Amino acid sequence: MSPLLRLDSVAKAYGPGAAALGPIDLTLEAGEFVAVLGPSGCGKSTLLRLIAGLVPPSSGRIDRRGIAAGDEQDIGFVFQDPTLLPWASVVDNVFLPLRLRGMERRAAMPRIREALARVGLDGASQRYPHQLSGGMRMRASIARALVTGPRLLLLDEPFAALDEITRFRLNDDLLALWRRERLTVLFVTHSVFEAVFLATRVLVMSAPPGRIAAELDPGLPQPRSGNLRADPAFAAACGRASAALARAMRP
Amino acid sequence: MNGAVVLLARLLPALLGMLGLAAWEALVRVYAIPPYVLPGPLLIAETLRQEAPDLLAALAATLQVALAALATATVVGLLLSVLLVQSRLLERSVYPWLVTLQVTPVVSIAPLILIWADDVFAALLICATVVAFFPIVANTVHGLRSVDPGLAELFRLYGASRWRTLVHLQLPTALPAFLGGVRIAGGLSLVGAVVAEFVAGTGGTRSGLAGRILEAGYRLQIPRMFAALLLLALAGIVLHAALGLVTRALLRHRPVAGER
Repeated sequence: MSPLLRLDSVAKAYGPGAAALGPIDLTLEAGEFVAVLGPSGCGKSTLLRLIAGLVPPSSGRIDRRGIAAGDEQDIGFVFQDPTLLPWASVVDNVFLPLRLRGMERRAAMPRIREALARVGLDGASQRYPHQLSGGMRMRASIARALVTGPRLLLLDEPFAALDEITRFRLNDDLLALWRRERLTVLFVTHSVFEAVFLATRVLVMSAPPGRIAAELDPGLPQPRSGNLRADPAFAAACGRASAALARAMRP
Repeated sequence: MNGAVVLLARLLPALLGMLGLAAWEALVRVYAIPPYVLPGPLLIAETLRQEAPDLLAALAATLQVALAALATATVVGLLLSVLLVQSRLLERSVYPWLVTLQVTPVVSIAPLILIWADDVFAALLICATVVAFFPIVANTVHGLRSVDPGLAELFRLYGASRWRTLVHLQLPTALPAFLGGVRIAGGLSLVGAVVAEFVAGTGGTRSGLAGRILEAGYRLQIPRMFAALLLLALAGIVLHAALGLVTRALLRHRPVAGER
């Protein structure tokens, strides 16, 4: 089976001598949950933007054939902020990606309802973003990314601004969603615990310009649940990831 | 207790106004000021009642110009703003000329417009529109440019066309600023209509309130002048309040400042 996504020595520089990222080689298989773990400013967000096609690479090649759907690409992107339309209800926010592809609201309604149900937001569909808590806004943002039925879900430190209790719950729900729907997820974070808890594969990035310094398998059983956080095996995996991160930070 | 305080706060402006009017009336009576210098409020009210048909007809003429100018300014202003944000080059070449038009007093160009336009109504309309449209353009251009970068990225991710980005992102983003511009333009359109009428003079069949004010001034009918002024002020207040209601209705789902 061919991979979903392939990066061949992809690098990004914002201007001469201002290397931000790479070169990076990365292959993503369908069904993986890959966490990209790295310090702030290492180019993690740039990596996601390159993959999404929001910025062009300075060099190297990105093979997106695995996620291409006709002229469009099948990518869902969850940004660091919920980035919801403040003037639109939750339903209309989730409708947006379909609307931008020319779909009628009536025809889109079943898919919108389904996406809202998947993130547990069915009860709040008529509310407006400013009436929601931070966690619910992020759920709406995830529902919006899921509504197109993407083959690849990119998440850019989505829970960094949330309190720990909300973050734990969203982590649990995201994991359940990934397992249930067989999604492929690329998740950027600066939290060792989050990366180890969620991912089947953790990529540790180095200090800028970011490269993949290490790759590790948390070696934790599936399916995982919140109980895992109290498991000694989880602590040990976090310890290994922390050590790898510390090594990667050294110049 | 709290309710009473709120009620009092609401009534305060009206109370202050009544007090002022009473003082005015007393001043006029005590010092026996002749009405051609300063008429008292009671006399003005009586004049307004007597001359209501004539003055209201004049008000209707003025309002017609003002509202037509506001509508024209809103449509032209919006279209122009959308056009201007399509290209920086276009904005940079056109915007200074809009500013020039804005800072040139309308009184000084009104005579020219009156000469060029065949129809007095058209001339008045052009003058009032010129006065009113700039705040709409200035506000809307700023609003259209204030798009959240995150949302702009989202629209790019989903390959949104220029048109869909305009309709679903830029225009909704600009709506509050645009409405703010329209509210300012509402007052200005009335000012513009009156100024243009002043320049046009009392002549012609379509004489608005400015004509009545001029006429009353020539004849030293000062109470009538005040009555016309009063009507003009009331019309301005009603227009402003109406636009305020429209604004609130259109923005009812937006977060209020300070709320998140």
